[in-house]
Amino acid sequence: MNFDFSDDQKQLRDQARKFLTEKCSPKAVRIVLDGKAPYDKALWKGLAEMGFLGVAIPEEFGGAGAGHLELCVIAEEMGRANAPVPFSSTVYLAAEALLIAGSDAQKKKWLPAIASGEAIGTLALFEGKGNPSPKNVKVTAANGMLNGVKKPVADGAIADFAVVAARTGSSGRENDISLFLVDLKDAGVEVKSLTNLDPTRGQAEISFKDCKAEPLGAAGDGWSILTQVLDRAAVLCAFEQVGGADRALEMGRDYALDRIAFGRQIGSFQAIKHMLADMYVSATLARSNSYYGAWALSTNAAELPEAAAAARISATQAFQHCAKNNIQVHGGMGFTWEFDCHMYYRRANAMALGLGSLTYWEDQLIDRMRKKNAA
Amino acid sequence: MNFDDTPQEAEFRATARAWIGANAPKQYEDELRKSSLGRTQLKNANILEVAKAWQKKKADAGWACLHWPKEYGGRGSSPIERVIWQQEEGPFGKLSHMFIIGHGMCGPTMMAFAREEHKRAYLPPLASGEKVWCQLFSEPAGGSDVAGLRTRAEKDGDEWVINGQKIWTSGAHYSDYGILLTRTDPTVPKHKGLTMFFLDMKSPGVEVRPIKQASGASDFNEVYFTNVRIPDHQRLGEVGDGWNVSLTTLMNERMSIGAGVSTGFPELFEYCSSLMLDDGPAIEDRAVRAKLANWAVKASGLRYTSMRAISALSKGERPGPENSIGKLVAGSMIQDVATYALDLQGAAGVVSGPEDAEVAGRFQAMLLRAPGTRVEGGTDEIMRNIIAERVLGLPGDIRVDKDVPFNKIPTKGRG
Repeated sequence: MNFDFSDDQKQLRDQARKFLTEKCSPKAVRIVLDGKAPYDKALWKGLAEMGFLGVAIPEEFGGAGAGHLELCVIAEEMGRANAPVPFSSTVYLAAEALLIAGSDAQKKKWLPAIASGEAIGTLALFEGKGNPSPKNVKVTAANGMLNGVKKPVADGAIADFAVVAARTGSSGRENDISLFLVDLKDAGVEVKSLTNLDPTRGQAEISFKDCKAEPLGAAGDGWSILTQVLDRAAVLCAFEQVGGADRALEMGRDYALDRIAFGRQIGSFQAIKHMLADMYVSATLARSNSYYGAWALSTNAAELPEAAAAARISATQAFQHCAKNNIQVHGGMGFTWEFDCHMYYRRANAMALGLGSLTYWEDQLIDRMRKKNAA
Repeated sequence: MNFDDTPQEAEFRATARAWIGANAPKQYEDELRKSSLGRTQLKNANILEVAKAWQKKKADAGWACLHWPKEYGGRGSSPIERVIWQQEEGPFGKLSHMFIIGHGMCGPTMMAFAREEHKRAYLPPLASGEKVWCQLFSEPAGGSDVAGLRTRAEKDGDEWVINGQKIWTSGAHYSDYGILLTRTDPTVPKHKGLTMFFLDMKSPGVEVRPIKQASGASDFNEVYFTNVRIPDHQRLGEVGDGWNVSLTTLMNERMSIGAGVSTGFPELFEYCSSLMLDDGPAIEDRAVRAKLANWAVKASGLRYTSMRAISALSKGERPGPENSIGKLVAGSMIQDVATYALDLQGAAGVVSGPEDAEVAGRFQAMLLRAPGTRVEGGTDEIMRNIIAERVLGLPGDIRVDKDVPFNKIPTKGRG
């Protein structure tokens, strides 16, 4: 049994950590947080140059062709650094949708542009409140024209293109939904930035009015493709969340060692020690579940749907738990703007919603476990 | 990243599987498979006898205590082969439960500290299950604070005279030998005045009194020592070095207990899959699903954490401290799972005794045994301290008795 990343993959992780420590300090993140830039363009360019944006994109489409395990280790570091770039929307959602369902021409057009950092992509799925569900898709596509409003769309205001889920039938079933590729510079597209919980990753409202739409995948296959995209993104996001959880734990630990109260390091109080121990436990469980997700993702195993849901739930809980208690360890300083704790708290809670809420993933997990048990 | 055996591991697995297939006591397989925490028993057989027979059979064929050296009754296997064996042994491994203390803790301690002739004499019958061992550490005044123990050992010629009391001693009522931690010098700070021995549990002056647990079962005992004599050659380690000797035992204890801990989740999932609530199947109820999902990811998190540890073993590395979370997470989880399973039954959950209803009995047994899991081998609080101090590098607890002679430490909280 070798249920671990290889030495090469660990080396890549070290390389990514070193790069991000240098280029993505909390100070750099704050430029985006403070609204002085929509994302860190220099970092984005650097990530492209390092080959990180295209690490799982095949060489024939301009990527490094390394694979998804490599993408997982990079994702962890993106989360650890709290990177203010559209990595998840472009790399986990848009690129994965193209890899799964894109025609050769579509892949040739967009994937090299993603790998080189020239194109930012996203997935436009949600339409207000509610979880991923065919019945929540109201945007229509007919005669090659899209109409309707999507929100929130992650990184929608800076994206060059979007994969859009739209209704093409009225049977009330999953095969009513189809996917489309939309160049967001096209006529009929209107994009509006939305304020949101985590300003380091923007959200937008995108309106389509008789907008040109190019099918992605076969008509009626939209929901099945989306489910695959969400599962794959769930594993990759889980690694970001594990990275974030680890960093929050580390911040809490460091503060507990530095801060003196009642004449002692606060980390010597059992109440604080045990809180940090519990953070370690949740981060470890999340890491192990995510490793299983990584294995399933990289081998395209039949277990992927179940593994993805487990990784998603576990990592979401761990990041929220660690980010929240990191603030508690910091006491009053923890919820000041000056300290970095809130950046991880924001990211943890925003990421918890990005692919649908925990409720959605809990449902998915139980359905998939039942299916497996029945089989 | 993969879950595949190496060619050598695959070969070992095939050999083990074939032998188990041909030799295991299959008539008990189903009962053992269905047993869960708090409820490993056989309806029509004495489990101790069945366990001893299986252990002897394994020993005769060279499958006992795989990781021990051959000369002491083991197989000289690598740690990963031991894991593979456990996977293949499956439910029959539950039969080894009464040997865990001996094989997991007493044996390694003997190996590290006993004289060579004692190792050769005592270890093979321990490996083969012919002799059962227990570990005499905890006392009424020394549970988590093991070093607070008061059982005295006084030198008398070539012998030591033991007086005092131990408690929570698993299996003492069927044990042949025990390892015993005593205080040999009460005038020095508590960790410095301890000495370790092994002894024959049939020695005159040893009295074993079973403790009836909350579940009604009696797995643990009080053991009283009245002028029990132990020859000096049965001392393990130097006089006054008992604390260091006991650390070897305790480290092994946490590894053993953490490894095979159950969570109750498979039982709960199976139960909810068939249970009908007032509004329909439990598994389709939103609230039930949320609970199940939360426990599912804990159970799978533990499973894959141990896979990571096994992978480290497979590469010849030592598993990291993440292994120590198993008991901490599973202990309270099984308690919560059992509570919830009974809650789903409404009022019936309280009256359905083990004899009346298979399902309720199962969860009731879990519920009543679970508090023990959270205490034995280090309480939840001690486990959290270990993680905080050894993994995260936080300061140790402040110990006001650290440099105080043992006989000057207060013994009562009030008055």
